[in-house]
Amino acid sequence: MGKFKKKTKTSENIPTSALPDIIFMLLFFFMVTTVLREQEILVEQKIPQATQLQKLQKKTLISYVYIGKPKNTALYGSEPRVQANDALLTPADIVQWVNRERDALPEADRGMITISMKVDKDVKMGPISDVQTELREADARRVLYASVGKVVNN
Amino acid sequence: MAKSKSRMSQEVNAGSMADIAFLLLIFFLVTTTIASDKGILNVLPPKLDPNNPPPEIDKNERNIFTILVNANDDLLVEGEYRESADGLDEDIKAFVLNFGAPDEDAQALFNSLPQSLRAQAKRDPESSDHPGEAVVSIKTNRGTSYEKYLEVFDLAKKAYFDIYAERVNLETAEYRTLPGNDDAEKALIDKGKEGIPMAISIAEPDKIGS
Repeated sequence: MGKFKKKTKTSENIPTSALPDIIFMLLFFFMVTTVLREQEILVEQKIPQATQLQKLQKKTLISYVYIGKPKNTALYGSEPRVQANDALLTPADIVQWVNRERDALPEADRGMITISMKVDKDVKMGPISDVQTELREADARRVLYASVGKVVNN
Repeated sequence: MAKSKSRMSQEVNAGSMADIAFLLLIFFLVTTTIASDKGILNVLPPKLDPNNPPPEIDKNERNIFTILVNANDDLLVEGEYRESADGLDEDIKAFVLNFGAPDEDAQALFNSLPQSLRAQAKRDPESSDHPGEAVVSIKTNRGTSYEKYLEVFDLAKKAYFDIYAERVNLETAEYRTLPGNDDAEKALIDKGKEGIPMAISIAEPDKIGS
């Protein structure tokens, strides 16, 4: 009996003094990786999957174009639309938009502007081809088809 | 007096620090969207100059690997109907590495390839002459779904990346994600690509049936 009592006397509390540090570490991780969304996406976005993904080195060179069915179909109809920044564009506006984006870059990088096309899965090739024609017109020919990794089951 | 004050507890109560940190953490957890700047890179052709029509291309039919995708997402690969795109990467790989009629440079290229790639050369006279000539052509319809197009394009890229990676003895994923930050990595990337250009041509979609 005595033996058992002795064992129970060992300290029972776990040291929690390092807990804030761990939490802070997590906090900093999320603070660094977070991107506060400053624009509302007006079109549906179900990004397709692909396997051969590449990452771009310089994020400042990327401008985003969102293509998909508008969320607010009452206002914008149900045909796929193009969104850049926070407004819906018609294909004819794209050249102007690209030029504005390009002017915002430092001069040395202007040739390397990359358009990241975030296209909804359900969009057909027609509208995409129209956008690409406009991008060629604007001479912004580096295009990134945004996609998420596919889980390959072998 | 001053001494008696200093004898009081000097420690700030830090017990609630974790709670404050938790609160902030939860805020960032909720608002975070981990930026996904990943995707498949494509370089579009330059715009057409009305004064300078593009040069007529006379490539032999055997050097072009044609993939047609119609509005129902059916595939026609080299004249044969397919329901799904599975296995397309292997076919493209075999096509690029065919070495049907290599010229002198291509023969040198062939000799420089590792054994595992050389073994894949089928020497089929009906398929591509050598990798420098081989072109993969993807043509879609305006009614083709983007998802299908991306799947086909992805597989075409995979075929080339597989070849490059095998050439420098890396896993495909390793080769693809090489950042090219220093000279050694750049040299490795170039060594993989040398003589085998990634020739994926994307034709303007046609309008019929959409």
